[in-house]
Amino acid sequence: MPVDTAVRPVRILVAKVGLDGHDRGVKVVARALRDAGYEVIYTGLRQTPEMVVDAALQEDAQVIGLSIHSGAHMTLFPAVVQELKRRKATDIVVFGGGIIPEDDIVALKKKGVAELFTPGTPLQEIVDWLRKRFPQGGG
Amino acid sequence: MKVRARDAKEVWKEEFETSPTRDDGVETSTISGIPLKPLYTADDLPKRDEEMPGAFPYTRGIHPGGYRGRLWTMRQFSGFATAEETNRRYKYLLANGQTGLSVAFDMPTLMGQDSDAPTSRGEIGHCGVAIDSLADMETLFDGIPLGEITTSMTINSPAAILLCMYIAVAEKQGVPASALGGTLQNDILKEFIAQKEFIFPPEPSMRLVVDSIEYCAKEVPKWNTISISGYHIREAGSTAAQELAFTLADGMAYVDACLERGMRIDDFASRLSFFFDAHIDFFEEIAKFRAARRIWARWMRERYGAQDERSLKLRFHTQTAGVSLTAQQPELNIARTAIEALAAVLGGTQSLHTNAMDEVLALPTDKAARLALRTQQLLAYETGVANTIDPLGGSYFVEALTDEIERQAEVYFKRIEELGGVIPAIEASFFQKEIADSAFRYQQELEQKRRLMVGVNEFTVDDEEPMEILRIDPKLEGEQVARVQEVRRTRDQARCSKALAALRNAATGTDNLMPYILESVRAYATEGEIMNTLIEVFGIYTETAVI
Repeated sequence: MPVDTAVRPVRILVAKVGLDGHDRGVKVVARALRDAGYEVIYTGLRQTPEMVVDAALQEDAQVIGLSIHSGAHMTLFPAVVQELKRRKATDIVVFGGGIIPEDDIVALKKKGVAELFTPGTPLQEIVDWLRKRFPQGGG
Repeated sequence: MKVRARDAKEVWKEEFETSPTRDDGVETSTISGIPLKPLYTADDLPKRDEEMPGAFPYTRGIHPGGYRGRLWTMRQFSGFATAEETNRRYKYLLANGQTGLSVAFDMPTLMGQDSDAPTSRGEIGHCGVAIDSLADMETLFDGIPLGEITTSMTINSPAAILLCMYIAVAEKQGVPASALGGTLQNDILKEFIAQKEFIFPPEPSMRLVVDSIEYCAKEVPKWNTISISGYHIREAGSTAAQELAFTLADGMAYVDACLERGMRIDDFASRLSFFFDAHIDFFEEIAKFRAARRIWARWMRERYGAQDERSLKLRFHTQTAGVSLTAQQPELNIARTAIEALAAVLGGTQSLHTNAMDEVLALPTDKAARLALRTQQLLAYETGVANTIDPLGGSYFVEALTDEIERQAEVYFKRIEELGGVIPAIEASFFQKEIADSAFRYQQELEQKRRLMVGVNEFTVDDEEPMEILRIDPKLEGEQVARVQEVRRTRDQARCSKALAALRNAATGTDNLMPYILESVRAYATEGEIMNTLIEVFGIYTETAVI
């Protein structure tokens, strides 16, 4: 996918928070975002919210994409948002994906997670959402 | 006669080629990408002697009597919240006609850490039951006679600890270890390959696996020491042939490790068991199960020289494919699961878990769990499929597909051998890349509508009623944390410290660690304490993440 060389591509940190090792989804999404022209950094497994925010700051990421399948999203996703606040980095956009029931999506959005994608979401939908959110800068 | 049969085929071929074909763009290959002919005939049948169930190479089943002798075990994987809650669910399932137990542990337990570890927050009791010490295990099996039931435990890195807890609970019930039946997943290789619940590096991980196999061969002889699993490999995105090949390659790696320890093949091989996925591509799955038995029997006899017939027989558990289920129109999952379960039965499974329709959203409710079990009972008692052994044996198509999957698996065995074996192949990220590539290919096929998922990329609805799901009370987390702290406060601390010190010391040497772990468990050392003791000696493993 051609990227306008005058504009730096958006950097996205994709991270697996929590203890589960189910990385099929995160890897598929990471590849799709890379193919769509984004700069993608994948943290690997078992990241704590602190580790995720550290990595995002170090990598100068504008976006954090979180993946979880263990059911701990209500604890760990808001913890990432909180950690960003603590580190005064609330300009970094957080989105997430995984097995997340409808009610939890509403609650997580209230707590500052920008968007949540559940199983069955077309990859294009995630790319389209990012393009809308970052009209400039790759993708 | 022969000439006329050929003529008929010629006629059909001409007619087929001139008749209209569907142009919906949907693939006609299997879900794994194996190209299929529109018709299979006698010409596709392999040239070999007729195969019989209960006889080498067991393609048609390991028992001469099939399900006429005994139905498969209906074993629903279950566990959530606390030991007390899960104990109630077990009694409910047993009262409803379930015939074996299968324990699902929560993430902290699977990762060998206690409920009060900082990284356990938010995870306790969510994808299974929280077990921190023998005290929890006593509650989990309270009122369930362990001498009369068989239990499967899905646990890997800390498998030896949970097995010791089970043995210790049985002791308290007055049941000797020699009378215990069940299965320990204990398959660390597929964790490195697919599910990623590893803790120690491969070498000490393999030592623990071999320790438990060796120990059980003497002390717990009816126990299936390992359940060599393709399920997680498939769910991570592999094809059917990859699932089969990687799983059997893992199996051979365990056999090699036991032989290296000095064990004799026929002393342990009959207690190895397998665990496969039943995905939605019906015939491909049946062919996979049939091919699995044939390959294993051949390798065990020809490569390892097994003499005991039981060493040649591949016994397996099946779970329907979680990954095939959809959050959209979730009631459809009942139909998917029924079809997948039918494939497992036609493939000759020894035990079966059918997923509940709501498992794509959360752990199942009582009602959904019962419906899933009822699906198996319906298959067993209403459909008549259990009446005839290997009913698809001799099918032109199924026999040809069985051979094709076997051929593809053999190609993979060669590649793995070229890479130096399973562990070097893991370290080179070979399996991980193969799986990620297959997962990505399938996702692209979905996006391009070359594969359809009903309710997801076709036949969708706009307004869906939300389904009632099981919620884990957040209060339980605090209660479980308090419980493990109470255990630490009230146990005989001197005995516990002594046991852990002895374990640490043994871990630096070459002794079998099982007796040391068992003593630590009896002394109410927590799972996290035992794991941390071993981590001090073995270290931890970090993978190179590939995307």
